[in-house]
Amino acid sequence: MTLFIEQCLNGLQFGLLLFLLAAGLTLVFGIMDLVNLAHGSLYMIGAYFAATFAAWTDSFVLGAVLALLATLVVGMAVEVIAMRRLYGRDHLDHVLGTFGLILFFDEAVRLIWGPEGLSLPLPSWLNTAVTILPGMQYSAYRLSIIVVSLAVAVFLYVLVMRTRIGMLIRAGASNREMVGALGVNIKLLYTLVFGLGAALAGLAGLMQAPILTVQIGMGENILIVAFVITVIGGIGSVRGAFIAALLVGFVDTLGRSYLPDLLRLVLSPNAASTAAPALASMLIYLLMAIVLVVRPEGLFPASAK
Amino acid sequence: MRKTLLAAGTALLLAAGPAMAQQKSIKIGFVSTFSGPVAVIGNDMRNSFELALDHMGRKMGGLPVEVIYEDDGFKPEVGKQKTQKLIESDKVDFISGYIWSNVLLASIKPVVDSKTFMVIANAGASQVAGELCSPYVFSTSWQNDQTPEAMGLYMNQKGVNSVFLIGPNYAAGKDMLAGVSHTFKGKVVGQELTTWPAQLDFSAELAKAKAANPDAIFVFYPGKAGVQFLAQYAQAGLKGKIPLYTAFTIDETSLPLQKDLALGVPGAQEWVNDLPNDANKKFVADYMKKYPGHRPSFYGAQSYDAANLIASAVTATKGNLTDKEALRKAFEKADFKSVRGNFKFGNNHIPIQNFYLQDVVKDAKGDYVLKTVATIVKDYQDASHSKCPMN
Repeated sequence: MTLFIEQCLNGLQFGLLLFLLAAGLTLVFGIMDLVNLAHGSLYMIGAYFAATFAAWTDSFVLGAVLALLATLVVGMAVEVIAMRRLYGRDHLDHVLGTFGLILFFDEAVRLIWGPEGLSLPLPSWLNTAVTILPGMQYSAYRLSIIVVSLAVAVFLYVLVMRTRIGMLIRAGASNREMVGALGVNIKLLYTLVFGLGAALAGLAGLMQAPILTVQIGMGENILIVAFVITVIGGIGSVRGAFIAALLVGFVDTLGRSYLPDLLRLVLSPNAASTAAPALASMLIYLLMAIVLVVRPEGLFPASAK
Repeated sequence: MRKTLLAAGTALLLAAGPAMAQQKSIKIGFVSTFSGPVAVIGNDMRNSFELALDHMGRKMGGLPVEVIYEDDGFKPEVGKQKTQKLIESDKVDFISGYIWSNVLLASIKPVVDSKTFMVIANAGASQVAGELCSPYVFSTSWQNDQTPEAMGLYMNQKGVNSVFLIGPNYAAGKDMLAGVSHTFKGKVVGQELTTWPAQLDFSAELAKAKAANPDAIFVFYPGKAGVQFLAQYAQAGLKGKIPLYTAFTIDETSLPLQKDLALGVPGAQEWVNDLPNDANKKFVADYMKKYPGHRPSFYGAQSYDAANLIASAVTATKGNLTDKEALRKAFEKADFKSVRGNFKFGNNHIPIQNFYLQDVVKDAKGDYVLKTVATIVKDYQDASHSKCPMN
């Protein structure tokens, strides 16, 4: 039983982390109609900044805060310099343009930090396990990821549902032209939203850094999963992204932990332990396929066009 | 004009004639990973191979050496393409390198079919030592099972009664986990294979290992994955509770990132940087002189040996590469000063060699270094050799 609870916590932690990435992606996609493949690069930049600033300041928390601000600035700069040229053009142009950005960021990181990658060591108070239930210990760091991500989710909810900016964001997601026609400074709104998305990606990256280390191209694999989440959740919907991210997190983690045992019931132990990881890594794509069949618009489509 | 062309053509033909009969230079193809997160390993192998060439004056048997390095991008299909390109269009005389067992398994057929001599500098897929063994394929590393088998022996010495095994789901990962089970006398209470190389978060596997409550965890994660595993093992609160035993998880390419996390975690290896033979002292000292800020790893040591093995065969046959039989015999002698101390080849062309226990310590300068603690097993031969029909 404690194992099951622990695996659920692992799934929750993974899901919440994915939510941070997917929220930015879905906001940018929903509001600006922009396919941003370079979202994973911002995740990587956040991790590199955090490792660097933490080494300079000798404090993990201070490093993380500085990295978050720096990624926000980089994100807004990318929007002003590069993304503005892409609005209103074909999606293929977005893909090409932002793919170019991936190459640019990878090479820039290689030039600045070198090819070896960095590590972001945790302070000792995070690098242990804490007792959360009698007889059950859980990684303090993963627990803090859960807490921070939940706080960010609440913040996003309040921002999107309860503030004026949030109203504009929602309006932008359902009808961009109308928002512009009503005299809203759409340029500024776009820059802010893109910066927010970048900061969320950066936060995800810097929180993953102590677990996965910091390396070039670290954002590429996880970006695919983030796209899966935006598709499952419904493009442009932050609430959809939240639910879908948790679904994906649980399906992936529980699949990895219980599929080998399930397969052993029907296959030889050797075949089961080989086939299970392959099958477990396909589960989230199966989930996406099923959702697409049942609800092609995603679970929570933002606009009813 | 036509006359000059004709004359030039004749001259070219004349020049080409003798070259076919007699070797003018030695061309070596070297396939490894030079891009992406594991490029540090490929770079270490290239650095060591280059250093070996420097030490022999960039000549083998009096002939100048040219090396073509190709990047496999960490992908079996790319490795195979690059291997075919080296053989078919570059027409290399020898081929070396190969970090990954799955890349090796994809690439080996074109090499053997073309009867090109291959010296594997790392990958140790058990099939290549057994049923796929070939007169043209040699290794300066090991068969995958050997190192974890040595670790299994060490765990017996330490009185470990139960172990949980974790490793990646590809050719080498399966060999490694099987290897521990060959020699370990206690109980294997669980085994987890993870998607390779995409999965980097081992939370689910660590939770299962913890729940199984074994005496020890054995793990095989080469390259960057080793850094991630050690970090997550500490974060899960397992450090100091369930001891970790490793193979190919801690080395000089991963230590700069693992740092404190690697202290006190034992590993088995056929080469350690402080082995006291002269060839090794020279290799390690000159490597650190030529590449300041870097230390050679076992990947590099095996590549250095690969260059020297090729040189020994070329020298013994006086640069006559057409007599494949003589060349094979020269290779089989392993007549060179290996940095691990001299070794013999088994019938399957895999070294019969010692395996050492290594540990991580901080040296006087505060750097993290590996040091030899003990010899676990001497002159150890791999189990697959009986499946190899050569003798």
